[in-house]
Amino acid sequence: MNELNIEASVDNLGKVIGFIEEKLETTECKPKTQMQIETAVEELFVNIARYAYAPNTGNATVRVEVIPEPLSVVITFIDNGVPYDPLAKEDPDITLPAEERGIGGLGIYMVKKLTDNITYEYKDGKNILSIVKNL
Amino acid sequence: MVINKKTDGTSIVFSVAGRLNTNTAVELETEVKSSIENMTDVTFDLKELEYISSAGLRVLLSVQKIMNKKGKMTIINCNDDIMDIFDVTGFTDILNIE
Repeated sequence: MNELNIEASVDNLGKVIGFIEEKLETTECKPKTQMQIETAVEELFVNIARYAYAPNTGNATVRVEVIPEPLSVVITFIDNGVPYDPLAKEDPDITLPAEERGIGGLGIYMVKKLTDNITYEYKDGKNILSIVKNL
Repeated sequence: MVINKKTDGTSIVFSVAGRLNTNTAVELETEVKSSIENMTDVTFDLKELEYISSAGLRVLLSVQKIMNKKGKMTIINCNDDIMDIFDVTGFTDILNIE
């Protein structure tokens, strides 16, 4: 099974990461690549958990596909929450001194930097966000 | 995540091991903020830190802001993978990494 449907709650982060680890096991990807994938997955799942259904709760689907040529993994997040395109947000200014640094936008910025491609669409009442990472 | 702390006068070293993620960042923030009130020199030893997400970066940024007002904060023994994360987020410019 390459799909996990789970309540989008921060408490389920460990289960989602465990699911991703299990799917990546057969790819023998480098520990650094795995860490970058896990970071992207954490940022995206936590965003859904915090904002998609607030103040209520709902489910998220996480789908993992390993593509053989070129060897890569595609991870798709689907939720039925409020339409939200994280890619529409401006990148944070990472050259500002500590005092002027805000805390917003850092997570999605990390996802952009740590993956090779990221796409978003809102279709049939669902937010569908996919990341691609070359292995 | 495991946090060890060692105090010497107004200096304190936090050794953080394992995964600093959304779930564990709160614990680190609580532990650090309750320990640094009288400290002027705060060090994070990241030798055994395997993973950091934006939640962990936020804790470091927030402690850095506190220490900028009353002393200094230093990061030591950071491995290459964690350093990469500091690099892509511009944290290498705002943290004092030795």
